[in-house]
Amino acid sequence: MNEVISNADFLDIINIIKLQYGYDFTGYAQASIKRRLLRFMGHMQLNSVFELKYRLVNDQDLFSRLIQYVTVNVTEMFRDPGFYKSLREQVLPKLAAYPNIKIWHAGCSTGEEVFSMAILLQEAGLLGRTKIYATDLNPANLERASAGILPLDNMKDFTQNYIQSGGLADFSNYYTARYDNVLIKKELRQHIAFFQHNLVTDKVFNEFQLICCRNVFIYFNRELQNSVLQLFFDSLSSRGYLAMGIKETMRFADLQGKFEVVHAHNKIYRRKE
Amino acid sequence: MNNKFDVITIGGSAGSLLVLTELLDALPDRLTAPVIIVLHRLRNVQSEMGRLLSTRRRIVEPEDKEPVREHCVYLAPQNYHLMVEADRTFMLDYSELVNYSRPSIDMTFSSVAEVYGARTLGILLSGANKDGAAGLCQIITAGGRGVVQDPQTAAFEAMPQSAIEMCGGVQVLSIENIKKIIVGET
Repeated sequence: MNEVISNADFLDIINIIKLQYGYDFTGYAQASIKRRLLRFMGHMQLNSVFELKYRLVNDQDLFSRLIQYVTVNVTEMFRDPGFYKSLREQVLPKLAAYPNIKIWHAGCSTGEEVFSMAILLQEAGLLGRTKIYATDLNPANLERASAGILPLDNMKDFTQNYIQSGGLADFSNYYTARYDNVLIKKELRQHIAFFQHNLVTDKVFNEFQLICCRNVFIYFNRELQNSVLQLFFDSLSSRGYLAMGIKETMRFADLQGKFEVVHAHNKIYRRKE
Repeated sequence: MNNKFDVITIGGSAGSLLVLTELLDALPDRLTAPVIIVLHRLRNVQSEMGRLLSTRRRIVEPEDKEPVREHCVYLAPQNYHLMVEADRTFMLDYSELVNYSRPSIDMTFSSVAEVYGARTLGILLSGANKDGAAGLCQIITAGGRGVVQDPQTAAFEAMPQSAIEMCGGVQVLSIENIKKIIVGET
């Protein structure tokens, strides 16, 4: 994989996708997306950028597969246990003051972090009056997430994460294992609505007390980060919380003055007024 | 003086910790080029690797979009791939493992090669898999300098050996000689 995609070719590809399919990758961080495009070409045995462009124009199926490849669908339950601990200790007690709680998971991938959130809410006695809106760009992710089925292999790691996050229950109570998979309990899933939302092109659709958007900003350039941050600001109720990935930062964002820091290391912020 | 390189990037895995410490301790204060280190590490265990590696130099785990600064030593954070963008800012990536690794040395080396080209010094140390070999070749292809720790002196030879086998132009050196390159004597 020693070839590179020139800037001109990259812009061509992005334009074809935008005009033909309505997905806008213009503001994506290039180092990563170029690499993923090359990987996709390798996988589909497309030998040149020209061939990729030609097929994109003429073949809708190829585009559906490209979306699977270009979006990053890696996730874990209770990823960064310390973050979930902060949620338990610092955020959920504040959310408890609301009669109805609305949470948005933006970029939820296959749902692992959403299920983790549902577990936290359940343990805090808040799940019954919470609605979680979980959105992603990739329809295949949403299909998997809605099914609530995860591979059994990962549960050992997830259990470790859960315990480190301060979980005291028996983690296996939250799912039913069968053969190589587990099914997340329905009582957790029934408070979650999974649907498609594109952070680049779609707008505000509700008002939330907490928005979780972890490890999504890293794939955006600064300009796009700024505009999505504006979208989040507009979607938060006054004093609402925003949680990002632990290596994502608001330091370089235009809107940083409109948020206060709740937990610097775990990247939990709060909308000022 | 060390004007030949705009960036030094170092990769290592099993058996690389002590030699890496040695290299870091040898970094001259006048060195301006940023140093970007990728080590294979456990993914979900809190670690103080930065502090372990050097007492002389402060080692920073960069956050997303942080500019790559001169005089700074960076370490790829646990559980993320670390890349450099064309505008010389860091980008973190939480995608699939590459060569069973995240961070992957190949991911960092290859993005550095694309941005810094001939002004890159890439160093690959001891390790038990082939991560980093392809990236080092990309550095060399881009006109940069690619160096491996002599496999005979490495605790695990697979990593430097793979780079030697994968492409021509890899320099095989002892740690002493790698230090000399960094200091700018050769």
